[in-house]
Amino acid sequence: MTADAIYEATVLAGEPWMREIRKGQTLRILDLEGNQAADTLFYNAHDYEDRYSAQDTIREQASIYLTTGTRLQSLKGNTLLTIVADTCGRHDTLGGACATESNMVRYALEKRHMHACRQSFVKAITEWGRGLDKRDISHNINFFMNVPVTAEGRLTFEDGVSAPGKYVEMRAEMDVLALISNCPQLNNPCNAYNPTPIRVSIWD
Amino acid sequence: MTPATATPVAASVTSPATHLLFEDVVREGATWSHVLKRGTALRITDTLGGANVGALFYNWENTAERYNMPDSLKAQHIARLTRGCVLYSDMGRILCSITGDTVGWHDPLSGCANAAQARAKYGELTYQDARNACVKNAYDAFVIELAKYGMSARDLPAPVNFFSRVVVNEAGAMTFITEHSKAGDFVELRAEMNVLVILNTCQHPLDPNPRYEPRPVSVSVRRVPPPAADDACRVSRPENGRGFILTERYFL
Repeated sequence: MTADAIYEATVLAGEPWMREIRKGQTLRILDLEGNQAADTLFYNAHDYEDRYSAQDTIREQASIYLTTGTRLQSLKGNTLLTIVADTCGRHDTLGGACATESNMVRYALEKRHMHACRQSFVKAITEWGRGLDKRDISHNINFFMNVPVTAEGRLTFEDGVSAPGKYVEMRAEMDVLALISNCPQLNNPCNAYNPTPIRVSIWD
Repeated sequence: MTPATATPVAASVTSPATHLLFEDVVREGATWSHVLKRGTALRITDTLGGANVGALFYNWENTAERYNMPDSLKAQHIARLTRGCVLYSDMGRILCSITGDTVGWHDPLSGCANAAQARAKYGELTYQDARNACVKNAYDAFVIELAKYGMSARDLPAPVNFFSRVVVNEAGAMTFITEHSKAGDFVELRAEMNVLVILNTCQHPLDPNPRYEPRPVSVSVRRVPPPAADDACRVSRPENGRGFILTERYFL
């Protein structure tokens, strides 16, 4: 257990993790072995419709990368959490989550059987219940992923900028519901074709 | 650049199989929606120049399937939309293909402003004072229009902003390019499924113009031939070839 943490869990690759985080608490996501992608969504714990918005977040800071100081914005203009520490330096929110269907488009029609983040997202919110369904799975954050955009408008997937032990911490500015899919992708170099565990910690 | 008086020509217009079904105008700051049928194409024309058109797309038969920005960007390795690009749903299918474009760059990244953001930028201008010239915002407009189809804010994914260009530099900074779209510029979207299209003409949220000056667009719907084996959108990337296969299977 990390010093003073009130909660800690290791999330294996291919597993979802879902938990409420109270206003003022700090969430850390730690990349245990490096180059992992932690696909993450947040919801206002009292109004799930008021969820993390990738577009509002990048537009309001006029930058596509998430790092220390980034305020994670909701669809209704609230700050859900603020990133307060980041040893990685850059996180993506344009690449979205892998899905069985998008894997068929991106790689081959035969990839449909392979596990994907949106399978984990759907499983987690279905089990969580309370009215959440697929429509609530919007465009997520990819912590530890590097997806640069060029001046010509190209989107590229680059080798991860993360490494073993890199982490990101964010302070909840309101009560939020956090949903993580620790990415199982085997077709993309974003995790060196080797999905690995992450550790999630919460402090008061 | 296209002068205001010129008539732009798209490849599909010259085809004998293409004919006009109807035309309409989306006034400045207004909202428009239509179920665009497979086999038809929607042309949006910037009549005065400087327009912005926020746009949402849903599979009409199952609106839980909708335009997905990340899936569209990563399948085509793009951060801008133009002719040859397609709009993917979250189910790996192609809702619309961009079959004509005189602008060259449409913004998929920046989203829409809400009432508080519009008020902060443009000030208060109520309906009581300004009638239909009152300050409107795309977020409220989208939520109202979604409600008419049984949906709500939770159904609001990342919209496209047609006719607008936002560039990203090496450090990730986003910059809105002014005077991008000219009078007469158009974009044409061919429906590959039956697609609920929702359009709104409020200004782009990163447009630095401090005045509320939205622009109108004209829209037209034409019957168009199905995408051929050598269709520019189909062959632009192997990913899109697979996207068309999955879309065509849906109708088998």
